[in-house]
Amino acid sequence: MASYILRRLVQSALILLGVSFITFVLLFVLPADPVRQIAGRAATAATVENIRQQLGLDQSFIVQYGRYLANLLQGDLGRSYLQKTDVAELIWSRLPASLLLMLAGIGAELAIGLTLGVVAALWKGKALDQGLMVGSFVAVSAPQFVVGLLLLYVFAVKLGWFPIGGYGTAAHLVLPAVTLGILGSGWYSRMMRSSMIEVLRADYIRTARAKGLGRARVILRHALPNAVLPIIAMIGIDIGIFMGGIVVVESVFGWPGIGQLAWQAIQRVDIPIIMGVTLVSAAFIVLGNLLADLVAPLIDPRIRLR
Amino acid sequence: MKHWLASTALALCLATPTLAQDYTPDPNAKAGGDIIITYKDDVATLDPAIGYDWQNWSMIKSLFDGLMDYVPGTTTLRPGLAESYTLSEDGLVYTFKLRAGVKFHNGREMTAEDVKYSLDRVVNPETQSPGAGFFGSIAGFEAAGPEGLSGVKVIDPLTVEITLSRPDATFLHVMALNFSYVVAKEAVEEHGADFGKNPVGTGAYSLAEWTIGQRLVFQKNPDFWTPGVPYLDSITVEVGQEPVVALLRLQNGEVDVPGDGIPPAKFVEVMGDPDQAARVVEGGQLHTGYITMNVTQAPFDKVEVRKAVNMALNKDRIVQIINGRAVPANQPLPPSMPGYAADYKGYAYDPEGAKALLAEAGYADGFETELYVMNTDPNPRIAQAIQQDLAAIGITASLQNLAQANVIEAGGAGTAPMIWSGGMGWIADFPDPSNFYGPILGCAGAAEGGWNWSKYCNEALDAEAIKADSFKDPNDPARLAMWSEIYVKIMEDAPWAPVFNEQRYTMKSPRMGGDDALYVDPVSIPINYDYVYVTE
Repeated sequence: MASYILRRLVQSALILLGVSFITFVLLFVLPADPVRQIAGRAATAATVENIRQQLGLDQSFIVQYGRYLANLLQGDLGRSYLQKTDVAELIWSRLPASLLLMLAGIGAELAIGLTLGVVAALWKGKALDQGLMVGSFVAVSAPQFVVGLLLLYVFAVKLGWFPIGGYGTAAHLVLPAVTLGILGSGWYSRMMRSSMIEVLRADYIRTARAKGLGRARVILRHALPNAVLPIIAMIGIDIGIFMGGIVVVESVFGWPGIGQLAWQAIQRVDIPIIMGVTLVSAAFIVLGNLLADLVAPLIDPRIRLR
Repeated sequence: MKHWLASTALALCLATPTLAQDYTPDPNAKAGGDIIITYKDDVATLDPAIGYDWQNWSMIKSLFDGLMDYVPGTTTLRPGLAESYTLSEDGLVYTFKLRAGVKFHNGREMTAEDVKYSLDRVVNPETQSPGAGFFGSIAGFEAAGPEGLSGVKVIDPLTVEITLSRPDATFLHVMALNFSYVVAKEAVEEHGADFGKNPVGTGAYSLAEWTIGQRLVFQKNPDFWTPGVPYLDSITVEVGQEPVVALLRLQNGEVDVPGDGIPPAKFVEVMGDPDQAARVVEGGQLHTGYITMNVTQAPFDKVEVRKAVNMALNKDRIVQIINGRAVPANQPLPPSMPGYAADYKGYAYDPEGAKALLAEAGYADGFETELYVMNTDPNPRIAQAIQQDLAAIGITASLQNLAQANVIEAGGAGTAPMIWSGGMGWIADFPDPSNFYGPILGCAGAAEGGWNWSKYCNEALDAEAIKADSFKDPNDPARLAMWSEIYVKIMEDAPWAPVFNEQRYTMKSPRMGGDDALYVDPVSIPINYDYVYVTE
C-alpha cells in the first residue's frame, strides 16, 4: 500500500511537471505580449525592452522555463506582472473560497443527482423517468452563466431568499452551489439510474425480495448502498470538470475564488498567475483521482491496488 | 513672472480671488455616511506609479495628490499640493511652492524631498511604471536611472524646481496625472513591491481594509488639506461583481454606484423605466472609437482606399447598434477636447463616391481583407455592421474576433490590416489635444509593438506637433489652432476612419448627492469620490 501511494505520488509529480511544461509552451507561443500589458500604451520602445529584460522575457524558452522550474521547486510561484503581488499569496487567499464552493457544489450535485437517479430507476420506462432524463440532459447542456443568473433573479431578486451574490455567510453559498449542482446532477442522475437498474436486477435483490422484505427496506438497505459505490469513485474524476465550472459560477456570483483570479489574469496575459492557478488546479485534479483510487478498494473489496 | 493658470482658471481667479485654489464646500452637502461601489475586475494595485486601470484610476486620485489637480467634474487645472508656481521666461524652469502642513496618512509632513523621490521613482526602470514616458520633457529623462532625474531639484523643504529640456505645454497636466502623485518614501521602502497593497499618500481617503478579491474600504482622512472634504466617512468597494448583478443589487437598494456603469444589454430596460432613468447620469468622455488601416500594406497604402472606407461607413446606424450611447465622429479628437475642429466636416456617408474612389485606386472589383476586433460585447456586433458597410462598396472583410491582448499584439506587430478599436479605444490620459497624437498617430507609436496600429508616420506633422507643444500656455489659441490643423491634415491622409465618441452612462442610488458631473468626471474616471455625498 505504502509503495503504491509513493509510486502514485511520483506519477502525480510527473503529471504536474508535464502540465507546467504544456502551459508554459502555450503561453510562450501565445500571440500576446505580456510586456506590452505592463508597459502600457504610452510606453517608449526603450521602456518596453527594459521591462522585457528585467523579467527575463528576452531569454530563450529553455532558460525561461528552467528558471520557472527552479523557483517552483523552492515553492516560489513568482510575482504577478501587473499586480506585483506574490502569486502564492494571491492563490492562498482565494483558495478557501474555491474549496468551500467545490465541496458545497459536489454536495449539491450528489443530493440532486442521486435522488433523481433513484426515482428514475424505480419508475423505469414510465413518463416520470423519461421526463427526468430529458431534464438531466437539459441540465448538462444549459450554460452555467444563464442558469446562475436565472437562479439569482428568481431566488435573490424576486423572492429575496438569498443575497444577490457575494461571499461570507451560508446563505451566500446556496445559489452558487446549486448552480454547480444542477450542471453536475445531470451527469450523476444518469449514472445513478443505470447503476440502480443494474443492482435491482441482481440476484441478491431478488433473494431479499423473496425473503419477504418490504420494498422500501430492499431499496434503502440493499439496493442503494450497492448502487452508490461506483458513483462515489467518480467524484475524484469529476473535480476536473468542477474546476472549469467554477470559473463561470464564481464570476456570476462574485465569489472570490481562484477561478475569478484565473479569468482576470488570462485577459491581461499575467503569466505568473495563469501558471500558478493552472498548477494548483491540476494538483487538485491529480490528488482527487488518487484519492478516488485509494477509496475504491475500501468501498469495493474486489478492487486491489497494485 | 508669476504665471497663474491662464484662460479659464484665470477667469476663476478674478471672479473669486482666493477661492480658485481653495475649494468652496457644496452648501447642500452633508458630512458623513458610507457608500458601496462595485466593480467587476479586481483592483490590481493602488500604487500611483503602476495603476493604470479603469477601476483603480480614481481610487488612486483619492488616496494621493499631485502638484496639480483639476476643478472637480471639469478639465480645468488648479493647484494641488503646490500652492503656486512660477515659470521662467524661456518656459523651461517651473518652480513649485508647496502647501505647508500637508500630512501623509502616517502623520508625517510632506516635503519637497517626497516630491522629488516620487518623480524619480516613476522613471527608475526598476519601478516598471507604465507612466514613465509622460516625463519625457523633464531634463535628464534620457539618462535617468536609479539615481533619478537631474531636472528635479529640491530648493528648500517647501520648494521644488523642475527644469525641462524643451518647453512643454502639457507639463502641468502631467503634474496632475496619477503617475506624478506624491508617495511616502518610508512606506515604499517598508513594503517594496507590496506598496500597491499598502498605499500611503496625502489624499482625501486612506485605505482601511483590503480583503483580496472581495472588498476594499477607504476611510476619510480627517487631516486632509482641503478643509471640509471629503464628505463621506467611508467608501466600500466590492470587487468581482458582474455588471448585470451589480445593476440588480442597485435596483434592490444594496449598491450606491455600479462602477462599470450600465451593462449594454440592460440599457434599454433601464431607460424605459422613468424611476431608474431619472437616476442615470450621462456625460461626455475624452474617447474616440476608430478603425485603423495599416498604411504600410496594400491595398491600404493607397489614400483613395482609406478615404473610401471613411465614406462607406454609416455611422448613424453603428451608433444605433449601441442604443445611441455615442455620437458619430469625423476626426480623431472628441468634441469636448480643446482643439477639436468644430467646422471640419469630415467624410460624409457616400457609398457611391466610395466605390468611385476604389475604382480610381484600381480596385473596381473590391478586395478581401481582415478586420480585427476585441471579442466582448458590443464590439463583435459593431464589427459586423462595419463589415456590411464595407461589403456594400465591394470590400470583403473577414472578422477576427480575438481577446484584447491578441488584438493589441496584432496591431503592434503591424499584421492586422484593419482594427476596430472598441474596448481599446483611446481615452485621454489628460485633457489636452497632444494626448491623441504621439502614441497612436505619431511616428514614435508606429514602431514595432507601438499603439499606432495604422503605422502612419508623417514626419512633417511630427515636427508640427513638437512646435505646438513648445508653447508655454496649453490653452493658447494659436496652439489649439495648430493642433486642429494637425488632426485635419491627418484626416486628409485618412489612416483612421473615426466612428464615434462614446458617451458614459452610469447610475446612482436615490440617496447619492452632489453635482452629476462628479459621477461622470472626465478626469477622476469613473467617479470623483472626494466630492460626492449622501443626502440621508
